[in-house]
Amino acid sequence: MSGTMTEQTGQNASFGGMAARSSAELNQTARISIRNLDFYYGTNKALKAINIDYPEKQVTGMIGPSGCGKSTLLRVLNRMFSLYPGQRATGEVMMDGTNIIGADVDMNELRSKVGMVFQKPTPFPMTIYENIAFGIRLHEKLSRSQMDERIEWALTRAAIWGEVKDRLNSSAMGLSGGQQQRLCIARTIAVRPEVILFDEPTSALDPISTLKIEELIDELKRDFTIAIVTHNMQQAARCADQVAFFYLGELIEVAPAAQLFTAPKQQKTQEYITGRFG
Amino acid sequence: MSATIHPSLAPAKDVAVAARLGRSRSRSDVIARTLSLLATAIGLVFLISILVTLFFKGFNAMNLSVFTEVTRPPGSNGGLLNAIVGSVIQVALGTAIGTPIGMLVGTYLAEYARGSKFGGVVRFVSDILLSAPSILIGLFVYSLLVLPFGGFSGWAGVAALAIIIIPIVVRTTEDMLSLIPNTLREAVIGLGSPKWKMIVLVCWRSAISGIITGVLLGIARIAGETAPLLFTSLGNNAWSTDLTQPMPSLPITIYSYAGSPFQDWIELAWAGALVITLAVLGLNIAARSLFSGKK
Repeated sequence: MSGTMTEQTGQNASFGGMAARSSAELNQTARISIRNLDFYYGTNKALKAINIDYPEKQVTGMIGPSGCGKSTLLRVLNRMFSLYPGQRATGEVMMDGTNIIGADVDMNELRSKVGMVFQKPTPFPMTIYENIAFGIRLHEKLSRSQMDERIEWALTRAAIWGEVKDRLNSSAMGLSGGQQQRLCIARTIAVRPEVILFDEPTSALDPISTLKIEELIDELKRDFTIAIVTHNMQQAARCADQVAFFYLGELIEVAPAAQLFTAPKQQKTQEYITGRFG
Repeated sequence: MSATIHPSLAPAKDVAVAARLGRSRSRSDVIARTLSLLATAIGLVFLISILVTLFFKGFNAMNLSVFTEVTRPPGSNGGLLNAIVGSVIQVALGTAIGTPIGMLVGTYLAEYARGSKFGGVVRFVSDILLSAPSILIGLFVYSLLVLPFGGFSGWAGVAALAIIIIPIVVRTTEDMLSLIPNTLREAVIGLGSPKWKMIVLVCWRSAISGIITGVLLGIARIAGETAPLLFTSLGNNAWSTDLTQPMPSLPITIYSYAGSPFQDWIELAWAGALVITLAVLGLNIAARSLFSGKK
């Protein structure tokens, strides 16, 4: 079932982003394919007929002014919106041959495959070790030594192992903001997702911590497909392989980062990236 | 935008006007300050005189036999042991029964019933219960557990105290859970956690010091309740830990001893009042330090 879907999306490169994805930089395989997605907050339509592919093991940056729908789209990808009655999505969001916005999707399983890192660091009120172990225990039963190994792996991948290895049993609340955010990244990758969603992950951090997170994202894309919402266009330019520009609930343009920032095809994109509005 | 002010917009330099204005303002200040201080003094006089009388008479009546002897007929050197133990048993069981119920209701209101109509009704009823006269709760339990089962009992007292503590725990649990930012909930859900695990493993853990504080204040409240026990556990002058029988308690013993004509009973009532006051004070201090320590 999943095989057919991958083939299908492979040939199905016939919408706005085609030129972008056929360029040398971008991976041809789409990890998530969105077709005709509409999203409603009650009766208010927040996303209109969105079509976009998230290429496997690449970073897709999502930019646009506040209220343009980029965070809304991110929250569709792990069904976070389903927590709130009155929010609903229609259309196709295909991942592994399944429409993940369908009614019968196991959301806990989906969220183990599509992890999320939030704007503000959200450490749980427990030890550093328990913070990482929490997510793993939700989905797997590991022996003590396997658990230790997995936790070390996750913390190492999140570039924070060296800073916390001697105090795994102290509270995570005592870490600095940047460390907390890397802990949250470690917690997300410890579950071994396939896709990681970043919702403005550095907007609450200082420049040095921001740099560390950006380097980390660059390193994580070797193993994970990444979608990042950011208000910072330099960040999108630095981190993303593909950039999507949203405006008033519509996807205006999606293209490889270099192309979108140097030679945008749409007037609106041009105006936004040159700072004329937003 | 510069700092210079046009001469005509500058404050009046009329010295006489300024002086008059200053005098009138300081007069108002003196009046307001005097009235506030007076009101504070009146309040403090009553509070301090109550406490001084209590401590003076209580300490005079205090001796070891208060804690080692049971209540006895006048003139035979009794103590309050049975009343203290009876109170501890009833308060402990009432708390043990009321706390989980209150926590679950508070959790329902904060985590499941946000913005729902039924949740609003439950919250309203709970708030009414919070301020209901405790004698009503005593009468309710009297008609529910005392009349049908043919007599006063410790269990009836426990039930009355549990009903009083429930709305206190409901309120604090809901308030403490509402303080938790939604992003923390989303972070837990985002890892693929079912909602109940999010509540039990993360939300409760975040709110626990506040909830314990509420429970301690609730214990302090029910430890001093007299009215609901009058109709339920009644009181007992003998040693009794049998919850199916009438059970002694400190507030009831104070109530009946203080109104008696016997000097040694009246003194014991003062000692009992001091014991309760110190226990409630201790609970309040514990609750405050716990809350400020964790926050």
